[in-house]
Amino acid sequence: MKILYFARLREVFGESEQLSGMPDAASLVAHLRARGGKWEEALSGPFRIAVNQELAGMDARLAEDDEVALFPPVTGG
Amino acid sequence: MEVRVQEQDFDAGVEIAAMRQRVKGAGAIVSFIGLVRDQAGEIGGMVLEHYPGMTEKALGIILEETKNRWELLDALVLHRVGRLDAQDQIVLVLAASSHRKDAFESASFIMDNLKTRAPFWKKEITRHGERWVEAKESDELATNRWRREKENG
Repeated sequence: MKILYFARLREVFGESEQLSGMPDAASLVAHLRARGGKWEEALSGPFRIAVNQELAGMDARLAEDDEVALFPPVTGG
Repeated sequence: MEVRVQEQDFDAGVEIAAMRQRVKGAGAIVSFIGLVRDQAGEIGGMVLEHYPGMTEKALGIILEETKNRWELLDALVLHRVGRLDAQDQIVLVLAASSHRKDAFESASFIMDNLKTRAPFWKKEITRHGERWVEAKESDELATNRWRREKENG
């Protein structure tokens, strides 16, 4: 699955990466946090997850062809 | 109903005139323009980032919800991205209805939901450096207010 990062998370993690074998959003976040260092630090604050371009909860199921995005709470308008 | 995301500035007068020509039976058009606020001359400008694809999708869903709730004849959401200066226009919302109450409430609902659900992020450029704008709890509360009002009928 394709993982996208935006705003502050993009600056820390890069624009995107490919991952596989993540059954749900919570597993993905646990996997990223387990990398430690900047990953653990940047994901300790508030952030949002979108699956296939719609906001989703940590219990959202993930499929291999999903587009998942992690980003800070939005600040447009 | 139209959603536009663009780097260029906009002319609210031109957009209102176009909507007035396009919409039949409207008795009111409410417009909202959001600006880059320069608090105490601190802000040199800002960079607006978004999530292409999701932005248009999220705004489209908000417009659908608005149409289901009020008598909305037409609406436009135009949001700028990229580099903006202090006092620049960021966003334009137009809502057309037969009567002013639906137009006012539609525009307000669209903006409150845009602020918490549309994937835009602001980075301020100040004399002391750059900083990402933090999301405000008051914006979440403003969005939740509409949910409560709906539940209470």
